[in-house]
Amino acid sequence: MLKYRINKLNELFSSIAENRLLYIPSDGTDGRAHYTRWQDGIVLSDKLNTVRSAKDFFFPQSENLIEFERNGKEIKVNDIRKEPEDFVIFGVRACDAASFDILDRVFLSEPVDSYYASRREHGIVMTLACDRPAETCFCTTFGIDPACPGGDISCWQSGDWIYIEANTEKGKVFLNGLDLAMEQCDENEIAEDKKVICERIGKLPINNLPMDCFGAGKTETYFNDPAWAKLSESCLGCGTCTFVCPTCQCYDIKDFDTGSSIRRFRCWDSCMYSDFTMMSAGQPRPTQLERFRQRFMHKLVYFPENNDGIFGCVGCGRCLSRCPISMNIVKVIKNLGGNSNV
Amino acid sequence: MQKVTRDILIDRAAELLASGMVNRVLGWRSGEFFYDVVPAVFRSEADMRDGFVFDDFCGCNFSKYLVKESARSDGRILVFLKPCDTYSYNQLLTEHRFDAEKTYVIGVPCDGMLDIGRIKERVGEGVIGIEAEGDELIVKTLYDGDKRMKREDALPDRCRHCKGKKHVAFDELIGEECEENDENASGRFEGVAELEAMTSEQRYFFWQNELSRCIRCNACRDVCPACTCEKCVFDNPKSGVENKAASDSFEEKLFHIIRAFHVAGRCTDCGECSRVCPQHIPLHLLNRKFISDINGLYGEYQAGETVGSRSPMVDYSRADLDPSEAIGKREE
Repeated sequence: MLKYRINKLNELFSSIAENRLLYIPSDGTDGRAHYTRWQDGIVLSDKLNTVRSAKDFFFPQSENLIEFERNGKEIKVNDIRKEPEDFVIFGVRACDAASFDILDRVFLSEPVDSYYASRREHGIVMTLACDRPAETCFCTTFGIDPACPGGDISCWQSGDWIYIEANTEKGKVFLNGLDLAMEQCDENEIAEDKKVICERIGKLPINNLPMDCFGAGKTETYFNDPAWAKLSESCLGCGTCTFVCPTCQCYDIKDFDTGSSIRRFRCWDSCMYSDFTMMSAGQPRPTQLERFRQRFMHKLVYFPENNDGIFGCVGCGRCLSRCPISMNIVKVIKNLGGNSNV
Repeated sequence: MQKVTRDILIDRAAELLASGMVNRVLGWRSGEFFYDVVPAVFRSEADMRDGFVFDDFCGCNFSKYLVKESARSDGRILVFLKPCDTYSYNQLLTEHRFDAEKTYVIGVPCDGMLDIGRIKERVGEGVIGIEAEGDELIVKTLYDGDKRMKREDALPDRCRHCKGKKHVAFDELIGEECEENDENASGRFEGVAELEAMTSEQRYFFWQNELSRCIRCNACRDVCPACTCEKCVFDNPKSGVENKAASDSFEEKLFHIIRAFHVAGRCTDCGECSRVCPQHIPLHLLNRKFISDINGLYGEYQAGETVGSRSPMVDYSRADLDPSEAIGKREE
């Protein structure tokens, strides 16, 4: 484990930014944290987490895939993708870091999504332990440990120091390549900090949700649960929850007529939308109840069924604080199957 | 703190349910925390006793829900409306979006609703309780003990500049009706005046910065009581303008500008758009600019003040300014 003076954080950032683009959470004019391209003067936010999740770096809201150009009777196909530059995201929390494992299962399984894969290859994830988790946090429900936040490199802020440890080969190579005098130290130096985080997490109101009753094979149990009607009745059908969610990965592919060519792009889609997965035969989920059910069944039943029991949620709490009607996955978990606790 | 308690509202709703006057109640259901209240339909007194709340976090405007909810059943639905919600209620009636006979409105007084986002801006994340003490709030936090803040600082903009405490539509009122308009109402257009005072470059930069955060979740549109088209052009693949992604950085601005034009003269300034925006874009400023312009060009007009009123945008009188004069007036 390495450590570096916290008052020299700017030098650490500067060193990282020498060879790579560096993004850190920084407060915007709205007073909230957003990932911001680091340059001298950009200060690390003290907020717990960013408004948008870190998935944007690997799975952007919209991206151009390919372009078709007509030249007389010929159609030329142009690969218009831009090779991403090497980048580092610093300050990723354990929940968002865990979301990359979930996204990897979707995009890196065959057939591999080369657009996503390329960004993953070019990106290095530096996580930061959560010393003050919020009341809306429930990552521990999914076995995520905010005291050991993962990623390529984990960081802890403690006293006058920032502690740094590489978790992957990529992280190790990167740290070794930094032109920076960091001190070697024993990992016991932050043992107490980790303990404090664990104690704090233990006291959070929703840190340990009952997940045993969800997962593979539960489609029949919950699909026709009468609770869906009540849970979804005031859903606006906006896409806020899906767009701030670090694990939502559905997208649409569309063609844009530029006037001289057709540009095929993909963009985030939301199962909450009325035209989601629209087919020639129409919309398979005609009312908001079916759309709402799809989102939560996907996270709690279908995804684990196809992915070794792993749930499609990392407990970051963004949907809890952003939903216009305050409906969210925690309320769904607590109300399905007659577990009426809300 | 709100002057009317949940029990008073439940008692009255229970009477109306028992008498058969209404068969369900649109109200607020308590959540996991003290602030995450969910709009809900209650069908029995027992259900209300169990989960109904009325407190400082019941900000959501129920008027738009009546469009869908009133069509779901033959009976009447009881709805609790705060003064500002009643403007949307009237405006929707003006637009024939639901049948008033299928609703029963109880007007509830409002002392301004708190915004948990503003509270967290002041005291940080990790809030687990709140108490009111005079003009102050005592916020219980996970790590810093009790923190005090002014109640006024926890109010969203729409409540800070409340346009009036008087209900403009109701079947009955609970609590004391306030006839006087809030003295703060005049501050409604302060934000607009600030924007108007900017140079066009500064203003462009302001909106560029704010709207660049838009993620096109459409929450502003979906919550807006003036947006009740059955199929929005932006959701309709056949419209030719349907889009889920912004093709360039200007496109998301276009969405908001088009929406502001579409609701001009019909927007009651309820402020729901800004309340729900996950990116905290001050969308209400666009609408207030239109309201301020309409007031200046055609005389004071408040959408939803009465049922059936014609907005200056769709009305014509011989005294109206000629469009060219209107443009000239704006440029002065």
